[in-house]
Amino acid sequence: MSEAVASAGVIHHEETFLRKYLFSTDHKTIGKQYLITGIAMAILGGTLAILFRINLAHPGFLTNEQYNTFVTYHGAIMFFWVAMPILLGGFGNILIPLMIGARDMAFPTLNMFSYWVFFVSSVILIISFFVPGGAFSGGWTVYPPLSADPGRYLGANLGTVLFLLALALEFASMLMGGVNFITTVLTMRAKGLTLMRLPIFVWMEIVASLLFLFSVAPLIAGAIMLLLDIILGTHFFRVEAGKVGDPVLWQHLFWFFGHPEVYVILFPALGILFEVITTYSRRPVFSYKLVVYATIAAGILSFLVWAHHQFVAGINPLSAIAFSITTILISIPFSMTLVVMGLTFAGGSIRFTPAMLFAIFAFLMFIIGGLSGLPLGAVGSDIYFHDTYFVVAHFHYTVFTIAVLSTIAGIYHWFPKMFGRKINETFGKIHAWLTFIFYNGFAFPGFFLGLAGHPRRYYSALEFGYLQKYQWVHELMTVSAVLLLTTQVVFLFVFFYSIFAGAEEKSPNPWKSTTLEWLAPSPPPHLNWGSFAPVVERGPYEYAKNGKDIDYLPQGKLVKLKQPVSGHEH
Amino acid sequence: MSEQLRVLDELEKEEYESVPVPFQKLGFWVFLGGEIIILGGIVASAILFRLSYPGWFKSSEHTNVVIASINTMVLLTGSLTAVLAHKFATIRQWGKVQLFLGLTALCGFTFIGIKFIEYSREIHHGFLPSSGIFWMFYYGITGLHGLHVLAGSLIILGVMLFLRKKKLVEAVENAGLYWHFVDIVWLYIFPLFYLT
Repeated sequence: MSEAVASAGVIHHEETFLRKYLFSTDHKTIGKQYLITGIAMAILGGTLAILFRINLAHPGFLTNEQYNTFVTYHGAIMFFWVAMPILLGGFGNILIPLMIGARDMAFPTLNMFSYWVFFVSSVILIISFFVPGGAFSGGWTVYPPLSADPGRYLGANLGTVLFLLALALEFASMLMGGVNFITTVLTMRAKGLTLMRLPIFVWMEIVASLLFLFSVAPLIAGAIMLLLDIILGTHFFRVEAGKVGDPVLWQHLFWFFGHPEVYVILFPALGILFEVITTYSRRPVFSYKLVVYATIAAGILSFLVWAHHQFVAGINPLSAIAFSITTILISIPFSMTLVVMGLTFAGGSIRFTPAMLFAIFAFLMFIIGGLSGLPLGAVGSDIYFHDTYFVVAHFHYTVFTIAVLSTIAGIYHWFPKMFGRKINETFGKIHAWLTFIFYNGFAFPGFFLGLAGHPRRYYSALEFGYLQKYQWVHELMTVSAVLLLTTQVVFLFVFFYSIFAGAEEKSPNPWKSTTLEWLAPSPPPHLNWGSFAPVVERGPYEYAKNGKDIDYLPQGKLVKLKQPVSGHEH
Repeated sequence: MSEQLRVLDELEKEEYESVPVPFQKLGFWVFLGGEIIILGGIVASAILFRLSYPGWFKSSEHTNVVIASINTMVLLTGSLTAVLAHKFATIRQWGKVQLFLGLTALCGFTFIGIKFIEYSREIHHGFLPSSGIFWMFYYGITGLHGLHVLAGSLIILGVMLFLRKKKLVEAVENAGLYWHFVDIVWLYIFPLFYLT
């Protein structure tokens, strides 16, 4: 393999360590940087979760302030510093150019810059933990007046300012990435790769990038207003005597971003699931077009559902009904996508590799997460369920599925491509089953706590008579959560061990998959294709179609170039 | 590798499937799309507040329409020179391109200078960002816009210097696009705060 590339006359330039590993413009290196940083932040976010879960089982383990801070940072970290960098920055960067047959991103320097801005934002976030006056503790949604009133609440202090600054930098970084993704896919697809031949993962990344681009802006505007409130004493969101700010305005700006944001991380995860499920079922996607159109429809609808987070915030009841209807409507494209995913299994010859196990569990749990969203989307039932553990269980079933299960499925699936080595399969299967069991042990009891009327965010259930009898449920959830994190930490040891010392993967296409990235050597060299160029001949999922004996047809072939390639060409 | 590597025929040169737009321009438009919504979000919030608080009109009498009109002229002149710069870039008269880009940047810095005079007058009269609904939006939005003018001027200046090394029509065009964007935002801000 390496000979094929070496002999092909690629102009080679030696890179220094700094250029190669730290300030690299290679999309794969940047993707790995995002992946590793995201994993490090996941350990931090997970540890915080364990600490406040222990407090819930044994109240008094943390102080009130610590508890609030940890809950706040757990939510923010898992959304913005784990799910987004891993799913968009990590998988997006590594896979998009490979899947579309490009040599790199359209703006490689901007890409490098986006990672380093993200890195700085992570550092500022961690610094905000230790500043005088305490870390930010107003919840990951940063609701005013808790976050806007200096002096009156613990929420508004230097920690808050740094927290908002870190968020702003993280958004800037992801915006740079989004511009890059969209431009790259629109202008740099391999010959023959029309839009309707793109792997679903690429479609999902593009729709996610567009959603992020158009939804994050009002929140940036809102964050500027909030900073002015804290620093200059304006009162956009503050409601002291004689001042006419409006805290609900923040909620509108936040959730106008916040709901599309959920889909920003959901779509890439669904994309990973489609790639994994088609490969290990040896089946084409049941209906490629339906998935693409449903994704676009859901993307558009996602801008019209935000106020379903505010049913009890004092909004006009009429608009609550309108938002309830759009919320129920948006479940239609997602149901279609999941039905297509389910039908893709049908008639396949399923191979239960670790990636596939994770994908199956993700599929099952996402159905639970989706169904439990319905009672929250309808106004009547939401008034009861709002801010209870039912909501916590619902969004952990969706977001954990997205950010952890799908991500790990993706890691197992593309690990040979990324590092040229294998992860032990037996370990992977045990990992999948343990994760599945401990995860359900941790999240499922939440539905019952919610039904029993247990509000979320409470420091201790023991202080409320009617909740005391549920303390054992908290203990069960805490034990499961500790075991869940332990399992993942063991996995990370195996992950890093396998990067450096795993068995070498000789074949560039160990899973006999169809999409273009499997044509490149593992790991792909700088500029990916050497002196070859991929040319695409067919759709992305040509697995055992009815009436054909061939197991699979790669999406395209590599064609040798007459002129050697150096640097970027457009 | 060998099973995958089915070399059939040889290509002269690598080619991509692409929409018929240069990738720099496309990326820039995507970026502008995001910018439009940032400023759109905050202007929309201002309009919502303006509709619900009648006190808005009283406060807006204290802004200085004359200074703002001069500033509008300055920005529009900058747009004119930006267009001229692009025109001369297409016919490759690079000396004139640099001249007009320089004039555009000068307009930007003039705008910011005049804005400072305006702010200091208002602060002198006791109108601070915390003085009321109108003033917090006034300072917030015009301040954010001012930062965009600064960024636009620096971009224009950067392109002007960059032209010595590489003469790219696209760079002039994209910098001009950003300038026009900043200009158009001002055309919304001007009536919102000065002409009501």
